[in-house]
Amino acid sequence: MPRSTPDKTTTLREAVAAHVRDGDTVSLEGFTHLIPTAAGHEIIRQGRRDLTLVRMTADIVTDQLLAAGCVRALVSSFVGNSSAGSLGELRRRVEHADPEPLEFEEYSHYGMVCRYLAGAQRLPFYPLHSYAGSDLPRVNPGIRTVTSPYAGERVHVVPPVNPDVTIVHAQRADRAGNTQIWGLTGVQAEAVFAARTAVVVVEEVVADGVVRSDPNRTLIPAHAVDAVVECPRGAHPSFAQGYYDRDNDFYREWSAISAKPDRLRAWLAEWVYGTADHGEYVTKLGEGHWAGLAVGEALSTPVNYGRRL
Amino acid sequence: MEYTSSELLAVVASRELAGRRTVFAGIGLPTLAASLAHLTVAPELETVYESGVCGAHPSHLPQTIADAVLITGAEAVLSMPALFGYVLQGGHIDVGFLGAAQIDRWGNLNSSVIGDWHSPTARLPGPGGAMEVMANAREVFVVMRRHDRRSFVDELDFCTSPGPDRALAEGFRPFGAGVTRVVTELGILGRTAPGDELRLVAVHPGVTAARVREATGWELAVADDLTTVEPPSAGELRLLRDDVDPARVYLR
Repeated sequence: MPRSTPDKTTTLREAVAAHVRDGDTVSLEGFTHLIPTAAGHEIIRQGRRDLTLVRMTADIVTDQLLAAGCVRALVSSFVGNSSAGSLGELRRRVEHADPEPLEFEEYSHYGMVCRYLAGAQRLPFYPLHSYAGSDLPRVNPGIRTVTSPYAGERVHVVPPVNPDVTIVHAQRADRAGNTQIWGLTGVQAEAVFAARTAVVVVEEVVADGVVRSDPNRTLIPAHAVDAVVECPRGAHPSFAQGYYDRDNDFYREWSAISAKPDRLRAWLAEWVYGTADHGEYVTKLGEGHWAGLAVGEALSTPVNYGRRL
Repeated sequence: MEYTSSELLAVVASRELAGRRTVFAGIGLPTLAASLAHLTVAPELETVYESGVCGAHPSHLPQTIADAVLITGAEAVLSMPALFGYVLQGGHIDVGFLGAAQIDRWGNLNSSVIGDWHSPTARLPGPGGAMEVMANAREVFVVMRRHDRRSFVDELDFCTSPGPDRALAEGFRPFGAGVTRVVTELGILGRTAPGDELRLVAVHPGVTAARVREATGWELAVADDLTTVEPPSAGELRLLRDDVDPARVYLR
């Protein structure tokens, strides 16, 4: 008897309206690959306020959410525009409290990973070998030590993070939310399992049979997902392995765009507030632009899952 | 043979990788050094990237540690818990490459802030995975383009990634040796074990020890057996220019 699977597909507008509330702790994950930019833009369009944003690599979409006034606090382990330059708004907020202060909790990459691991497993803390001798625990009271009850040595620990909502971008999912990711898989599954609510944005919603032809590629099972949104090219200017490449020119441009508050706000007015949804943003970029990000084919050799005869 | 500062740094750093098996490299000079070493002194070398890629075979020189060309054709792509937890913390990395805004005599690194953390003069990107590399790689190589007193400081504004001495001082037993090599535009600083200070072990041709000491913000010790760096050979430069970075993405 085939199990009937619920249809959780919705639009980005409806998903953000239903699941992201003012004051929420929101995790947007994607380690350089599959960054949920379209979701970030929709949060900006809907004018969410006082969010605590949790994101390992706080990059362009973070700077945009800060500039739009959505974010009160940031939890992160890297606050830079990749290797392409600076985040102008973030630096103004941190260095000059301009236009307002930013609460900032700084961790290391693995510290953030461990926070998600603890959150996903509902553990009280997670140990790691990272902070011995660092000044970071002095400015981040979340980083503490415990003594092992076994060998008696001290080890650093980080607290769990359980976001109100996690939003990730992926290549494909079925209607129920079985989500398949390939290439860099980052910390998306951990961030989804740590959350109270999870939204998955995908390049394409595919038939159940496509997912079930390769179940090992499903990193996030449907039971952990509350909403599924089809949003092609929703990770721009980052990339989606096998779909489109990274827009390196835009990364380089962002340093100049974000350097001046007026220019940054003009960019938001044109590209986020000035577009009704991500579809309009994609169209506005133009097919010529997308042609420059097109990728060729490099297919994997299929594996044989076998079937009982 | 004429060469640029970037070519010099990449070649000198590549030689330091002789005989190593696994290197954790960032984009830019570390990638150039690792790629060149793969063709010269360390043919078995496996480059591991922070994004989770192990054994990359890129068709083009990667522009980021997560460039799509690193994934296509790679030997393995791991999740973040596997990369940081098993590969790094599990002790599989021989050499980690790091950069920093500031370094002190013990090889402690600052990549967080200039000034006070709470109200910094300049907010820098922060730790990323540097702290994990420092804590867990057997040794760490630092490549610094500029060698001056703003970067080589007596006291860090903030210690992001501590070497083993600071860990020991807090009662923790470190796994790796911390920074063992610092390659700069002026020469090479080295240290071997916890308790050692960085010492000047080699200078580039035409550079005096006095000039390096003048550019360093602490009383830099000079090795008794100070050597002069062998300039990049024609063979090394040809591989670097023709095979590693033919489009001159990083060889400025």
